[in-house]
Amino acid sequence: MFDRKVPTYKVLRDREACTNCGACVRQCSYGVHRIDEQSGKLVADHGACVNCQRCVLMCPPRAIAITKWPQVGTGSAVWTPDHMKDIAKQARTGAVLLSSMGNPEPYPTYWDHLLLNASQVTNPSIDPLREPMETRVFLGSRPVALRVNTRQHAVISDMPPQLRLDVPIMFSAMSFGSISLNTQRALALAAEELGTYFNCGEGGLHPDLERYANNTIVQVASGRFGVNPQYLNNAAAIEIKIGQGAKPGIGGHLPGEKIDGEVSRTRMIPEGTDAISPAPHHDIYSIEDLRQLIFSLKEATRYRKPIAVKIAAVHNAAAIASGMARAGADIIVIDGFRGGTGAAPKRIRNNVGIPIELALAAVDERLREEGIRSTVSLVVSGTIRDSADIVRAIALGADAVSIGSAALIAIGCHQCGDCASGRCNWGIATQDPALTKRIHPQSAAERIVNLVRAWNKEIEEMMGGMGINAIDSLRGNRLMLRGVGLNQKELDILGVKHAGE
Amino acid sequence: MQERDTAQDVLSLGTSHFREANERIRDQLERVDRLTLEEVFAQRYLGCALPQGKHLAIHGTPGNDMAAYLDGGTIEVFGSAQDQIGNTMNDGEVIIHGRCGDAAGYAMRGGCIFIRDDCGWRAGINMKEYQDKQPIIVIGGDAGSFLGEYMAGGTILLLGNPGDHLATGMHGGVIYLREPPSTHALSSGITIAPLAEEDRVRIEQLLGRYRACFAGEVRANIPADAEEFLKLVPASSRPYASLYAN
Repeated sequence: MFDRKVPTYKVLRDREACTNCGACVRQCSYGVHRIDEQSGKLVADHGACVNCQRCVLMCPPRAIAITKWPQVGTGSAVWTPDHMKDIAKQARTGAVLLSSMGNPEPYPTYWDHLLLNASQVTNPSIDPLREPMETRVFLGSRPVALRVNTRQHAVISDMPPQLRLDVPIMFSAMSFGSISLNTQRALALAAEELGTYFNCGEGGLHPDLERYANNTIVQVASGRFGVNPQYLNNAAAIEIKIGQGAKPGIGGHLPGEKIDGEVSRTRMIPEGTDAISPAPHHDIYSIEDLRQLIFSLKEATRYRKPIAVKIAAVHNAAAIASGMARAGADIIVIDGFRGGTGAAPKRIRNNVGIPIELALAAVDERLREEGIRSTVSLVVSGTIRDSADIVRAIALGADAVSIGSAALIAIGCHQCGDCASGRCNWGIATQDPALTKRIHPQSAAERIVNLVRAWNKEIEEMMGGMGINAIDSLRGNRLMLRGVGLNQKELDILGVKHAGE
Repeated sequence: MQERDTAQDVLSLGTSHFREANERIRDQLERVDRLTLEEVFAQRYLGCALPQGKHLAIHGTPGNDMAAYLDGGTIEVFGSAQDQIGNTMNDGEVIIHGRCGDAAGYAMRGGCIFIRDDCGWRAGINMKEYQDKQPIIVIGGDAGSFLGEYMAGGTILLLGNPGDHLATGMHGGVIYLREPPSTHALSSGITIAPLAEEDRVRIEQLLGRYRACFAGEVRANIPADAEEFLKLVPASSRPYASLYAN
C-alpha cells in the first residue's frame, strides 16, 4: 500500500483472436504471461511487464497489445506519480535507484532546432546518383604542417597512425557483460563489412572477436578489465574511457550475478564477484597524468595505434578537450547526456551532463580558437537518431559519430529501459543463453549494415543538395545550419544564425 | 644518449627523452636478454610491456609508470622508483632496492613486486586475480594511505605500518600485516581473520623471497616466520550488492 505498486502497463489480450498457443509465455523472461491451471486460460501479471513488446510482436494472431495502466495519477505537476513511486521504492529499499538507456527527461533536443541548407540556382546541387561523393574519414592526429617532397610526390612529414572509416559512423563502446556476445559479434561483423569500427567497451575482448582486430577499438577504463599487451595490440585503436554521457563523474559496477563464465574469462576476474570500475582512473588526477597514460599506451603499442580519449559532455568540456588535445590524444570522443547505458544511477542519468550539440559546438569552437582543431580528430555520440543528426553533427564540427542505441534498435531493442535487470527479451542486454540465442549474429549484422548504408546514402543526398561532394567540406561548415526556435545565447553557442537570417 | 664501451648489454640513458630511451632499450633487447641501464634520470615507461625472458637492471632513478603492462619480464632497480610502478602489469617480477611512489601495482593482474622500503599512497589499488594469475606485492617498510583500495584479488604483505583508509572498498584478495590496524584506519566491510596453515606457508615463502632479494641491505629485523602476522580479508565479495535498486 505504501509502496505504490500500481502496475505501469496493462496487457490487453484479445480473447477472440488468442489461440492459447502459449508463445507469449515462452517469449517473456519476466514471467508476465502464464496459463492459469484452474481455468486453462492465459492470464497476465501486469506489474511485471516492462513494455519491451516482444510478446506483442511474437504473438501469431496479434492478440496482444500493451497499454498504460488506466489508473489516473494523483499529485500535481510537481509531485508526479513517477517521483512518488521512486520515493516509495527508496523508502522500501534504502538503495540508489538504477536505470538504463539514455536520459529520458524532456530537455531540449537541439538537433530538432537545427535545419539544413540546400543549394538553389547558384552553387548548384550535386546528384549523388551519378557523381562521386566522398564520405570517407580518417581519424587521428595530424602534423601542424605537411611537408611534401614535390619531386618525388611523397609526404616527408612523420604521419601519426590514422584510422580509415569508409562511412563517418562507428559503433559506440558497449561491453560484453552489458550486452550479449552475440550482439558484440553482430557489431564486429557489421564493422568489418562497412569498413568501420566497433568498440568492445571496458570489459575486455572475447577471444572469438580477436579476428576482427582491424575493425576493433579496445577500451581502457579505470577497472582495467582484460587489459594486457595482447589486448592493446590486438586492435586498430585504443580508447581511454574517462567518462560516459549517461553517467558522468562516476564509475561502473557490473553486479556479480552478471559475471558468468564467459564474462569472467573476458574480464579476467573470478565468476560472481562485482566488477568495479572506480569513478576516476587512479593514475589520472590531471591533464599531465592523462598525458602519462596516453603515452604509456603509445609505448606499449610502439606508437602504431591512435589513442582516443572519451569524456562525457559536461560544463567545462571545451577546456577539458583542449587539455586532452595537448595531452597527446589523437581522437577526442565526447558523449552527450542522452547517450545510452546498460545501467546508471537514475539521478545521475537524469540530471548530470549537457546536450552533445552544445558540447560539440563549444569544443570545436575552442579548439579552432586555439589553433589546434586540425591536429586532432573529434568524434561525438549520444542520441544520433538518423542521418540528418549526423549531417548536423559534422556541420557543427565533428569528424565522425558513434551510434549505440540506434544500432541496437536496428536489431530489436525497443528502448524499454530495463537493461540493468539482465532479462532483455530481445537477447541484447542479457547473458541468459536462452535469450542471447535470439540474436543471430549474421542476420543482425546484416540489419546494422543496411541501416548504416542507408544513412550513408542519405548523407550523400543531403551533402549533394548543399552542393558539397566531400564530407571534409561539410565539417565545421556551420553556414549549412540555421536555428529555429532558439534564443540568441543558444544560437551563439551553436555558432549558427537563425532561420531567415 | 651514449653507449658505454662496446658492451651490448649496458646502456647509459643520461638525460635522453623517454621515447628515444625506450626505443634504444627495445632495440638492444632484440639482441640480448639481459640489459643494464645506467645513469637513469627519471625516464618514464622503462620496461613497458617487457615480455617473458627479458631482464632489465636499472641504476639511477626510473621515472613514472616503470614496468607498466609488464608481460613476464623482470626488472630490478638499484635505487628508488617513482609513481605507478607495475601499472596494469600482467606477469613478471619487479624488485626495488629502495622505496617507491604512489599507486604501485595499480590494477595489476599477475606477477610480483618486491619493495625493500616504504611505498606511497594507494599501493595495490584495484589489484585483481584470475585463475593462475595471482599478483603479489611485498612492502618492506611502511605503506601510505589507501593501501589495497578496491582490491579485488591477489596478496599484499606489509612488514611496516599501514596508513589511513586501509583497504577501502576491498572485495577480494588478502592483506597480511604485523600489527592490528587502529579502528579508524581500517575501512568498514573488512574482517581481521586469524592465519590458516596455508597463510603461514604463503607468508614464510614471501619472507624468504624478500630476504633473498634484500638480505644485508635492511637494518630492521626481517621477521623469521609468520607468527606475528594477521590477515585482512573482505567480509564480502559483493560489498555493493545492496547499494542499488532496479
